[in-house]
This record gives sequence, C-alpha cells and structure tokens, in this order.
Amino acid sequence: MASLSSPLRVCRGILKELRAIQGASYKQSLAYNYVMDQFRKNKVTGERYCRAQQEAHHASLTYLCLLASTRNHLALHTLYHSKGERSTEQAAGLVGLRLPSQPGGKGWEE
Amino acid sequence: MFKGFIRLQSHCRGAISVCKVCPRHQHFRGLRKYSSALTERKRFYQDVSISQGEGGLYEVNLDRRKLKTPSGTLFTVPNEALAIAVATEWDAQKDTIKFYTMHLTTLCNTALDNPTQRNKDQMISAALKFLETDTVCYRVDEPPGLVELQKNEWDPVLHWIENRYNVTIGSSSSILGPEIPEETKDTFRQHLSSYTLWSLTGLEFVIAQLKSLVLSLGMIDRHLSVEQAVLLSRLEEEFQIQHWGNVEWAHDYDMYELRARTAAGALFVHLSSESSTIKQKLMQD
Repeated sequence: MASLSSPLRVCRGILKELRAIQGASYKQSLAYNYVMDQFRKNKVTGERYCRAQQEAHHASLTYLCLLASTRNHLALHTLYHSKGERSTEQAAGLVGLRLPSQPGGKGWEE
Repeated sequence: MFKGFIRLQSHCRGAISVCKVCPRHQHFRGLRKYSSALTERKRFYQDVSISQGEGGLYEVNLDRRKLKTPSGTLFTVPNEALAIAVATEWDAQKDTIKFYTMHLTTLCNTALDNPTQRNKDQMISAALKFLETDTVCYRVDEPPGLVELQKNEWDPVLHWIENRYNVTIGSSSSILGPEIPEETKDTFRQHLSSYTLWSLTGLEFVIAQLKSLVLSLGMIDRHLSVEQAVLLSRLEEEFQIQHWGNVEWAHDYDMYELRARTAAGALFVHLSSESSTIKQKLMQD
C-alpha cells in the first residue's frame, strides 16, 4: 500500500479522465461534483491511521484505473479491431504476398 | 431493423409524447434480449441524470426516460456513487452506445436481473470452485526464470492471504494442483456469506477475470491495487512478452480490457457494500 500515489494526483487523474469523456463542460457534470465533494470530505490528517480514508483512496485509484483502462482499451479497439475482417488481398499483403491475377493477364478472354 | 426503428423513434420524438412511444418500446425490448454485447446502437439521448426514487433507490434517466435493464425492470442502484458512475458511463458514449465499454452498467444489470437465477449459496460455491484451480497455486517446473518469477511474485500474496484468513492453501507444480483442506473452503464460505448478492456478483466477476480467488480477495481487501492484481494474474504472459516482445493489438489490448473489467468489478463490490456502512452512520447520529 506504500506505493499508492498521493490523493491529489489521483484526484487530478480522475478529473483528467472526466474531461476526456465530457469535454470542456465537464465541470457541470454529476461525476465532477461528486468526485470533488468526496476528495474534500476525505481530506483528513495523514498523521493518524484512518481506515475510511484508505478505503476512499483505494476506491478512487480503482475508479481512475477503470476510466483510464476503458479509454485506452477503446482507443486500441478502434485502431485495430473496429474495421472488421481484412480483405483477402490485404491479408495476403500482410505477409508480403500478392493474390494471383487472372491466368494470361488482363483481357485474356479475347 | 434496429436502425429503422431508431430513426423512426427519433423522428417521432418531437411530435408525440414519450408514453405514446411505449408500446413500440415494449416490442423493441423483447428484441433486444437477443442482441449481443458487441452490438452498437446510436446514442438516442442527450442528457443523462440521476434521481432518487421510491425506497431511497437511485435511478438513471436518459433525457426524460428511465433506464431499464435488458429484462425490462426498472434500473435501480442502492447508492448515489454507483448511480453517478453508471450515468457517467452512459454520458461517455459518443455517437454509438458501446455496451462492451460499460462494465458497471453490465454488472448492475446482472445483479438486478440475475439472469442465471442463482441464489447466494450457489454463487459462493461457484466462486470457491476457482480456489481449486487458482492461478497463483499452479506453478511451472521450467524455464528457471519463470519458476523464480512465480516464486518471488506469487508467494508473498499467498502468504498474505494465508495469514489474513488463517488458512492453508499452498502451491504445487503437479497437474492436480495443491491439496486444499476442507477447513480452508469452510473459512472462505463463511467469509463470503457476509457478502450481499450484489457484492457477490461483483466478486464472482472479478474472480472470473483474474482466474484467481486469492488475487481477487487481495484486491478487494485493499492489499493489491488493480494494476498489481492484473499484473500478477498475467505473470506468465508478461514473462513471455519480455522474451518475445510486446504486440500492442494483442497484449496491450487484452491488458487494458482486463484492467477495466477488474477495476469495474472491484469498484462494484466496494460501492454495493458501502450502502450498509452509510446507514449505520446515520443511525448513530
């Protein structure tokens, strides 16, 4: 647990993700207000052992991970997997092959 | 068929009231059962909001319509945080609704509809079944690098959980796995029976993702972060990546998906067991 990053950094991380989701008006969103509220409420002294704060911290890290991973996953999905299957020609091209053309070349029927 | 209907719906929205669309809606909902999670629908709403309904349960509203589960029951969650997280998921959809990115919504739907119709005991048994084939209990004999990596990375978690719950699990490199004593299972069964149906749904989801009860409990008990748990679950894959190189469209893709799903499950467990603690505080005041 010692490796957890500071609550402030997590908070900023979540806000960054919310901004990526909702654009410039993210400050009016439900999530923004809730997250800010929670971080303010749980801002207790770090000197004492505080179970509730640790719990909130872990939950906020988890939420940050959820938002960031979903965004990254979707980005990779749209980049690599969203276009469906490749055509036979493209698939052959991947391994440096070309599809055979018509025997005798173009206009062979003549 | 779907597209045609959505066009019709958006065409009608201005002209007739929401109630009049309802009969069509019913028909549509019947169809939706058969659409897979990979189907994308056009985003048919502008605003997403939440409201508190009867019994203090929270609902999610898309424009002025209430969100419903695939089986058609009203979508309700026990607390505000979960409602906001779900609303944010719906709000995050741009042009099309990508259900495969909405893990919290999916989990809530599963908990509400309980499509497999199982009770708590059955869910606990299903979760405990993973202990017999737990990822961290199965070790390899070769190559030496991986043997050492598994020992260094998995042993501390295994020791932690054995101390935390006062049980014996052990590890083995035999194909039958370690012999897990009945008392261990009883201890976990007793521990899991304190979970609600909702948190069990989340826990079972996490276990199925990580393929490990040990790692899942380690994460839910806040001993591991999501990133750590996912790394430990994919230890052999990471080892191979170090040897053969990383392929973004397969390895990273899988890792982010696994992280997202695991985080969603962990958050779901946390948020659905939170409501009871809030109630306690209110009673004390």
